[in-house]
Amino acid sequence: MNLQKLFSVLLVMLLSTQLARADLTIEITKGLEGALPIAIVPFAQLGEQAPPHNVGDIVSADLARSGRFKPLPVGDMLARPSRGDQVDFRDWRAVNVENLVIGEVEPNGPGGFLVKFRLYDVFRGEQITGFSIPTTASDLRATAHQIADIIYETLTGQPGAFNTRIAYITSIRDQQGAEKIHLKVADADGYNPQTIVSSDDPLMSPAWSPDGRKIAYVSFEKSKPSIWVQEVFTGRREKLTSFKGINGAPAWSPDGQQLALTLSKDGNPDIFVMDLRRRSLRPLTRHWAIDTEPAWSPDGKHIVFTSDRGGQPQIYRVSVSGGEPERVTFEGKYNARASYAADGRYLTMVTRVNGAYRIGSLDTANGDLRILSSGSLDESPSFAPNGSMIIYATRANGKGVLAAVSTDGRVRQRLALQAGDVREPAWSPYYQQQGK
Amino acid sequence: MNTTRLAWLAIAAAALILTGCSGTGTRDDGGAAGGAQVVEGGAGAQTAGVGGAGAWTGSPLDDPNSMLSTRKVYFDFDQSEILPEYVPVLRAHAEYLSANRLVNVTIEGHCDERGSREYNIGLGERRASAVQRFLEAEGVDSAQISTLSYGEERPEALGHDESAWSQNRRGVLVY
Repeated sequence: MNLQKLFSVLLVMLLSTQLARADLTIEITKGLEGALPIAIVPFAQLGEQAPPHNVGDIVSADLARSGRFKPLPVGDMLARPSRGDQVDFRDWRAVNVENLVIGEVEPNGPGGFLVKFRLYDVFRGEQITGFSIPTTASDLRATAHQIADIIYETLTGQPGAFNTRIAYITSIRDQQGAEKIHLKVADADGYNPQTIVSSDDPLMSPAWSPDGRKIAYVSFEKSKPSIWVQEVFTGRREKLTSFKGINGAPAWSPDGQQLALTLSKDGNPDIFVMDLRRRSLRPLTRHWAIDTEPAWSPDGKHIVFTSDRGGQPQIYRVSVSGGEPERVTFEGKYNARASYAADGRYLTMVTRVNGAYRIGSLDTANGDLRILSSGSLDESPSFAPNGSMIIYATRANGKGVLAAVSTDGRVRQRLALQAGDVREPAWSPYYQQQGK
Repeated sequence: MNTTRLAWLAIAAAALILTGCSGTGTRDDGGAAGGAQVVEGGAGAQTAGVGGAGAWTGSPLDDPNSMLSTRKVYFDFDQSEILPEYVPVLRAHAEYLSANRLVNVTIEGHCDERGSREYNIGLGERRASAVQRFLEAEGVDSAQISTLSYGEERPEALGHDESAWSQNRRGVLVY
C-alpha cells in the first residue's frame, strides 16, 4: 500500500467516526399547521477564536423540532443583523416573521465565550428579552439549548425542555451475531452521545434520578439480573439488588429518597419500595399475577404499575402506603408501562390497538385514551419534563429507532441512529446544578 | 460453582466440541470429523481434557438420538402453559434429573418482542416456572433447578414476524 492510499484509508476512517458521532439525527415525520414563524439569524462570531458550533443554528433546530415554531430559512433572510442597532424591522415584516432572534459570540478569557442574544417582537418593533451568557467551548451546545428554552418559554408560556438529556439502550451485532449492548446518554437533540455502560449481556430499563445525576438500570452481567445505580458524571456505580429471580423496573420517587422496583424473590413478580438511605425493602403489592413497571405520581403519593391480575396486562394504581390497588385502564386488552406527566394528570403507556402496540396518553381526569403513535411495535414512552412531548421506541426501515411525539399528537419526529437498534429511551428531568 | 457442576460442564463442553461439526451426519462420522478438526483447529489447549472425558459416551444428555438433546420447548402467544407436544421431552429430562441428583439445570424463559419489556421479563419467568413445576411434579428435586428470565432481550430469531416470534417464545434447559 502506498502512502497516498494509506492516507485515504485513514481519512475514510476519520470520516466514519465523524458519522458515527452524529449518532441521532432528527427528521420531522408529521408537520404542524399554525407553527409560529420566527427568524433566527446565524450568530456573529467576534474575535479570532472560532466557537465550535453556531449557536443560532442550534437554537433554530431546537425550536423547529418542538413543532411549535417554523424558523425562516437563512437563505430567505433579507439581512443578517447581530446587534440591536443593525435591526430594521421592515426586513422581517416583509417576510412575515413574528419574532426575530439575533446574537453574537465573543471571546471571554482562555477557552471561554460570551453569548449575547436578543429576542424581538417584529410587528411591535421592540425587544422582548435579551441575555448575555458566559460559557465555554464544551458547554456551548448547552448554552444554545438554554437560549432555546428561554425563547420557548417567553413565547409559549411553558418552560422549554431543550437543555435536557435522554438515556437509551443500543444493541449492535457483529457479523458473527455477537451482541454488544450499550447504555448511552445524549443531549435531548441527539448530540453528544456517550456510552455509560457497555455489556455483552442485556441492559434494561434506565431510570433517571429526579436531580438528573444518577441512572438506575438493570444489568444481566454474570448471567443474572441485578439493579445498579450509576452516577452519570463520574461513572461510579453501585449494585442495589441482586435477589434470586427478577430484579427489574427501577423507578425513583420524586424526592429521590426511594426506589420502587420489581422483585420475584418470593415466588412471582411484585412491586417493592426501597428506602435508599437505609437500604430497607418493603413489599407494596402481593399477588400471584405479574406486577411490574412501577411509576410514581409527581406528588409521590401513588404508584401506577402493570398487572395481569385481571387476566390481561392493565394499569393499576396503589397508594404508596399500600392497600388495595384500583384499576386505571379499561379500554383495550393490553396496557402496560405507564408513567406520569409532571402535571400528574396525563399517563403515557403502551396500548394494543388491533394487534399493534402503540403509545397512548390517558387523561386521568376523564378517562380519555388518545393514541399518539402509528407503529406496530412501539414501546417505552417517557414524557419530557415539561410535558410537551413523549419520547418512545419504534421501528423504521428494519431498525429500532427513537421517536418523539407532541402530547397533542400533532407533531411527530424520528431520531435515527447510524447503526444498530436503539430502544428504551428515558427523558431526563431538568438537570439540577449544584453550587453554580 | 461446585466441582460436580464443573465436571459436568467440562463434559458438556467436550461433547460440544466433538459433536459440533457433525451436523446431521451420523454420530460416528461426526465424532471423527469433529475430533480431527479440533486437533487441527488450534483448540488443542481445550482438548486436553477431552481424552480423559471420553467417558461422555455414557451420558445420555449428549446423545443426539436421545430426547435429552432437545433442550427447548415453545409457547403460545402470551401463554405459559406447557403444550402437549413437549411433555415427552420434559418427562425425559425429569427422569434424567431424578436419576442424577447431582446434576443442576437452569431454565431460561424467553418471550417474543411484542409488548413492554419488563412485563415480558415477568412473562418469561412465568414460562420458566411452568417448566420448573412440570419437572418437580415429575419428581425432580427443586434444589436441582433454577430459573432465569430474559424476557425479549435474547431473541433466537431476529425477524419481526410470526415465524420469528414463535421461535422466540421459548423455555430453554441449560445444563
